[in-house]
Amino acid sequence: MLVNQFLILAAVLFCIGVYGVIARKNAVLVLMSIELILNSVNINLLAFSMRNGSLDGHTFALYIIAIAAAEVGVGLAMVLLMYRNRRSIDLDELSEMKG
Amino acid sequence: MFAAATEAATEVVLKSGWFLENAWVIPIIPALSFFLIIFFGKRMPKKGSEFGVASMFGALVFAGGATYQWIQRVNGAPEGAFISPVVKTWTWWQNGGFSFGIGQHVDGLTVAILLVVAFISTLVQIYSLEYLRGDRRYTHFFASLTLFSAGMLNMVVAENMIQLILGWEIMGLCSFLLIGHWWEEGANSRAALKAFFTTRTGDIGLLTGTAILFFSANEWTTKTLGVSGFSIRGLSSWALSGDPGSAAITMGAIALFIAAIGKSGQFPLHTWLPDAMAGPTPVSSLLHSSTMVVAGVFLVARVYPVFFKGMDILGSGANFIVIIGGVTIVIAALLAFVQTDIKKVLAYSTVSQLGYMMMGLGAGAWLPAVFHIFTHAFFKACLFLGAGSISHSSSHHSFEMKKDMGGLRKFMPITFGTWIISTLALCGVFPFSGFFSKDEIIDNVGHNGYNVFMYVGLAGAFLTAAYMTRATYLTFFGQPRGASAGEHHEEESHDSHAAHDDHADHGHDKHDSHDAHASHGPHESGWLITAPLIILATLALSSGLLNALPFGENWENFKKWVEPSAEVINPTGIAYVVGGIGEARTASDTPTDSTVVEGDAHSATPMATAAGEDSHSAEEGHHYSPCGSKTPEQGVCAAPQLNHAPFKWSKAGLSMLIVFAGFLLSLFMCIQLYEKKNKKFVGLTERNKVLGFGYKLLVNKYYLDVLYEKIIVRSIAHPIANAVYRFNQKVLDGVVNGAGTTAKGVAGWVYRNIDQRVVDGAVNGTGSVAQGAGSALRPVQSGKVNQYGALLFGAAAIGALVLVIVNT
Repeated sequence: MLVNQFLILAAVLFCIGVYGVIARKNAVLVLMSIELILNSVNINLLAFSMRNGSLDGHTFALYIIAIAAAEVGVGLAMVLLMYRNRRSIDLDELSEMKG
Repeated sequence: MFAAATEAATEVVLKSGWFLENAWVIPIIPALSFFLIIFFGKRMPKKGSEFGVASMFGALVFAGGATYQWIQRVNGAPEGAFISPVVKTWTWWQNGGFSFGIGQHVDGLTVAILLVVAFISTLVQIYSLEYLRGDRRYTHFFASLTLFSAGMLNMVVAENMIQLILGWEIMGLCSFLLIGHWWEEGANSRAALKAFFTTRTGDIGLLTGTAILFFSANEWTTKTLGVSGFSIRGLSSWALSGDPGSAAITMGAIALFIAAIGKSGQFPLHTWLPDAMAGPTPVSSLLHSSTMVVAGVFLVARVYPVFFKGMDILGSGANFIVIIGGVTIVIAALLAFVQTDIKKVLAYSTVSQLGYMMMGLGAGAWLPAVFHIFTHAFFKACLFLGAGSISHSSSHHSFEMKKDMGGLRKFMPITFGTWIISTLALCGVFPFSGFFSKDEIIDNVGHNGYNVFMYVGLAGAFLTAAYMTRATYLTFFGQPRGASAGEHHEEESHDSHAAHDDHADHGHDKHDSHDAHASHGPHESGWLITAPLIILATLALSSGLLNALPFGENWENFKKWVEPSAEVINPTGIAYVVGGIGEARTASDTPTDSTVVEGDAHSATPMATAAGEDSHSAEEGHHYSPCGSKTPEQGVCAAPQLNHAPFKWSKAGLSMLIVFAGFLLSLFMCIQLYEKKNKKFVGLTERNKVLGFGYKLLVNKYYLDVLYEKIIVRSIAHPIANAVYRFNQKVLDGVVNGAGTTAKGVAGWVYRNIDQRVVDGAVNGTGSVAQGAGSALRPVQSGKVNQYGALLFGAAAIGALVLVIVNT
């Protein structure tokens, strides 16, 4: 069944994204990994939308794309501010929240 | 009418060939090469440039093969037959009942532009090997250049509008990347952003126009031709079918034309193109003069019937396209006079020449306009590469004509020779290529009844000759100045015109021989630079002969190969009908699609636009075709019927006189101003108020930049920002503060009465428990974002596991 391949692709992308979020120190790379996660979800939605022959999944995917664009805009703005204040976008240095 | 009339509905088997059938491979070669460069480029001995050059050479071979086989196809077809394009389409993706195709639409226009793009890309990549040697982003430069070629070739072979948009956007991206190649310099990244945003403004029109046309045309094209409403073949036939309502097609055409205005630097969105010269010179030469900026012109030429009907071309009065084109010619040519940067002179010249192409298309001179794309690519690429050669080898990476050039003809004979040939071609002097294209545009514009615009074109020719004389004089004649004279003013020059010679700052900082060649004065460039110059100059000299009207009909090869004939064809697109309308009627008796054709004729509403045009073609003795003049009753048309002005030496002589007047007047002024420093002329703009006003207007580029950046952007962006700020300060903060004060009051009461007395006792007990738990959990709150992320995903995974277990 064709849907399986899509789901496997999505799972692989999701795992790569999670790995990126956990393992990367660079804030921009973390943002990119989050994009990967969102897109793996998109692929899932599209795969099921294709299997069910309905357009709902497409619509959701479009919403997610729009939200992802907004999210990355906010994220990049934060990275930019971070860079301005600290001359670095290394996430390890951001440990003010340490309890 | 024709001998073939008796044997109506003859099926013509047109020749084809492998290259023609597989033209879609051409954009794929550089696209693959782009990925090779990105992934393996830095590890290769030549840093990835070998992939770029090889792929462009491959694309050139394939494009050459396709061109050859197309010519065979045309030559093998009987007289007057409609040469069908080689169309292939595959489903790209499907969505909600719509199917989006991808494929190829190869006709004369396609092969001509494919050949030009592949050819100039190859030469420019060879040139860049030397020009960018040692650049710190050498590999990325070649990657972007190759991706650009892939995008442009894809746009040219595009079978439908969606595929065309794909290529169009890839080009826009690469233009942005390449203008900002040396982005460390603020001016360069600003120019890149400006180019991107300005063309994006136009691109909105492309999306809107495509959508409008799709929803208007889809039903007709699906029913009649069996193709989608995005298909270029479908849109062209639909526009001439009489099916479209005038509002839909007009709105669609205007929206598409706005995209063309943005991309092809037409007034009033031309302002990005001169600033785009901040990019490296090979980029200016390839993208911003010969290929990418003609994309808008190509779009208009590609779906010409849509514009023909939508804009009422050849109808009564001037239309939008011809006006924009005419205005662009003159305003850009005037701006070229006040530039001191040689590349900006050439940039405004490009804008002006693009105006010629648009004006030609707007006035029904389709073939001369397309031919001008073809010839202009060679001579303008040559001029830009010549400017690059000067800055590379003589003027120390400066493009300032007044400060750092002059007298270079003795030092750079090859660059000088190729420059002169290309300049003469640009000005349209007789045996050079520009004459055969530009003069044809002017001639046909007048012939089609747009007399005012013919004079605009002639004025443009005068101005072109004059500003090119000025640029040539300042660069190659007189005494060497500044960097060309061997002055080493590296520090000052970098500060004074930082925007232009960042090259020396970034590009060549690790280039050892750089200082060596700067120290022994101006000299000729190496063969990697001169060879492309010589090849392009040869073509600037000779490519006009492909359509040399003055020498008789046998020389009109470009017309024969490129111009689609305006014949009524069978809607199936397979059986070709030889002859005019009478024969076509019998063609519908073939059992193929007769019901459809009848239904079609039923819905047809004759357009009463071109009654004048009918008599026109009759008196010129042209073969009468219903395409374009009114709705075909049977079958479909794929191209409107256009006239061609007969060549007259008297007209050509007049424009030659005007061009030479431009040369002489400009030469006289140059000698007075720059050589003799005649007091009568020097400083005239400061003494004479009218001239001073004009000069100020030109120096400030008609204040268009001010209008866009200070007025339009500010008036939109600032109120929004202010309103948001006020909303934040007053409303949101007020709500927050109010909630805060209320909460404070309540909290005070609770604290005094309940908390202190009742709760505290209980809390103190819990507190010690919480403290223990807190110190145990403390390592979790490491402050590390990644660790938080890991916890989040871990928790989500556990949640998912629980969900799976519960559900099974």
